[in-house]
Amino acid sequence: MDAVLQSGEDFSQEVGVWGLVWQRFRRDRVGMVSLVVVLIFVIIALASATGVMASDWSEEVGTSNAPPEFLSKNLAAPGATEATGPAARITPTESSISDPLSGDLAEIRGEVTATPNPDISDPLADVLAEIKREAKSSSAAKARQSDHLLFGADKWGRDVFKKTIKGTQVSLLVGMASAALATLIGTLFGAIAGYYGGKRDDFFNWLYSVFTSIPYLLLVLAIAAVLNRRGPDTVILILALTGWTGIFRLVRAEYLKHRVREYVLAADAIGASHLRRVFVHILPNVSHVVLVQLSLHVVLFIKSEVVLSFLGFGVGVDTVSWGSMLNEAQSELLLGYWWQMAAATLFMAVLVTAFSLFTDALRDTLDPKLQ
Amino acid sequence: MWQSIPTLLGVVLLVFLLFNWVGGDPAYLLAGKISNPEQIENIRHQLGVDQSYAAQLWIFIKQILTGDFGTSWATGEPVSEIFATRLGPSLTVLLPMLLIDTLLAVAAALLVATLRGSLTDRAIMIACTVAQSISILVYIIVLQYALAYKLAWFPIQGWGATLPQNLFGYALLPVIVGVVVALAPDLRLYRSFFLDEIHQDYVRTARAKGLPEGRILGVHVLRNAAIPIVTNVMIQLPGLLAGAFLIERFFSIPGVGREVILAVERSDFPIIKAVTIYIAIATLVINVLTDLMYRALDPRVRLD
Repeated sequence: MDAVLQSGEDFSQEVGVWGLVWQRFRRDRVGMVSLVVVLIFVIIALASATGVMASDWSEEVGTSNAPPEFLSKNLAAPGATEATGPAARITPTESSISDPLSGDLAEIRGEVTATPNPDISDPLADVLAEIKREAKSSSAAKARQSDHLLFGADKWGRDVFKKTIKGTQVSLLVGMASAALATLIGTLFGAIAGYYGGKRDDFFNWLYSVFTSIPYLLLVLAIAAVLNRRGPDTVILILALTGWTGIFRLVRAEYLKHRVREYVLAADAIGASHLRRVFVHILPNVSHVVLVQLSLHVVLFIKSEVVLSFLGFGVGVDTVSWGSMLNEAQSELLLGYWWQMAAATLFMAVLVTAFSLFTDALRDTLDPKLQ
Repeated sequence: MWQSIPTLLGVVLLVFLLFNWVGGDPAYLLAGKISNPEQIENIRHQLGVDQSYAAQLWIFIKQILTGDFGTSWATGEPVSEIFATRLGPSLTVLLPMLLIDTLLAVAAALLVATLRGSLTDRAIMIACTVAQSISILVYIIVLQYALAYKLAWFPIQGWGATLPQNLFGYALLPVIVGVVVALAPDLRLYRSFFLDEIHQDYVRTARAKGLPEGRILGVHVLRNAAIPIVTNVMIQLPGLLAGAFLIERFFSIPGVGREVILAVERSDFPIIKAVTIYIAIATLVINVLTDLMYRALDPRVRLD
């Protein structure tokens, strides 16, 4: 009796289901900390997407491969010489840019001097002129180039910190968008298959077994090969089209369980349509499964995006992601320039760890029976 | 077992749709920019893409049934030959990797399961989460740089001619990297399998009759947790065959995975098609084998 009264009191306080979930979640200290970390990353990504942060990431603000600030401070004298040593050799100057094809070109021209042909001209002349112009303007701007960059600079003298921020934007937004799309597909298919059963269930189960009999990454690569396009939208599409299967299976199982429950039968009795029962009555009751899966897939897709971009099948060359940064870092490491790799790894490890811990906490709060 | 036939047909249909319909006309890909309409028409005829979709599908099915996927667009090598020569190196790395990883992960998971709830257990679980969140790329790059390039304990990359040379030379570092990457997720998974068993009645019975904890875990629990563990290992196998492409690429191992990457880079459709179909078949075969193994491990399981 007491318990009934107690729960009656709780109801009078007007705390909804999600209010209760929030109350329970707040007690999980690890979950709260990781939620804050994830939110900080989301804010960084949004700030970068809207141009508030790191919009000038592609500008060459430092000397090439300048070490991080804390290093150049610690090793004041040797660090400085080390920084200027390789940098001086690589920095673009007027003289160091020469047309790599000039030799061949002279040869071709020499051959054709007998019959001078006005059509043959240096196909790269325009590009070269532009590069030279840029080199001039950048050497003029060299005066304000600083070596005081938090995470150092990359090969072109771009600020690694800003690059990492931009990479966070691309990787996180691609991960979240593809997870949202995959969850949408998986939930829709799962709801139809589990609720209606019969032929429709057979069809979606068949589709599921077809997609799962090809290993995930192989399917991703096959679709990447076929589409032969780069860019964040392509990556989102590829990951969502291949990644819906796990969500489908779980959502279908939930719908199978729920469609015979009393509240659904009652909804049927008062004349609720099929669509209304599927989306208004049952969906909120299985939403905890969907939410946990959404969160889980963000982590999975961020990792996949990094691998895809690393291999060059992901976001294009004009965008930066953690994967493309790691690709550059691979050759930099051999020369001893480890900071770009460290920055990308650190950001990714912190975000993915926080997201995983957040997912665990979310699962614990949403499904207290699981323990 | 028979239900894998429609699945296989579905895979064939999916691959066909992807490459013959979504993929567009491969003639332009093949001919490149310098080509005239005649050349393109010629290539189209050779590939059979000037025929109807139904006829193309029939060609594809015949290719699968005969195992003859034609020749690579990039190198002209027969696809079946590419497979025959690339499988060996892949397995040389994969099998030791899978074996060492499973043994280590099961042993470590048992150990952690005995400490469940303790501070050590929590610390190890958090360490696993952190280890899992670092990209596999970082593991490969750093371990290759540190162990092979700096310390020169292993060859940086390459592949030899004989099996012992490969197994005890070139494959060592790739196997170590693979085990390091796979250990954290497997440890977590197997720990959860053990914890599922630990609350069962038979464990309580064993404790009540005074068996030492080591024997309960090492014999009673291990035997029952073997089913999900074996399933996990088996299911990983076909995926790893193509999924080890990163390791194969970094260490220049001429395996199936590296071939897939090369094929994707060159838009070499026949190879990708063949790999996808073969691996799907391997997956279905392994699923059936896993079901049979279930029955061997647990007589209660009946196949319908």
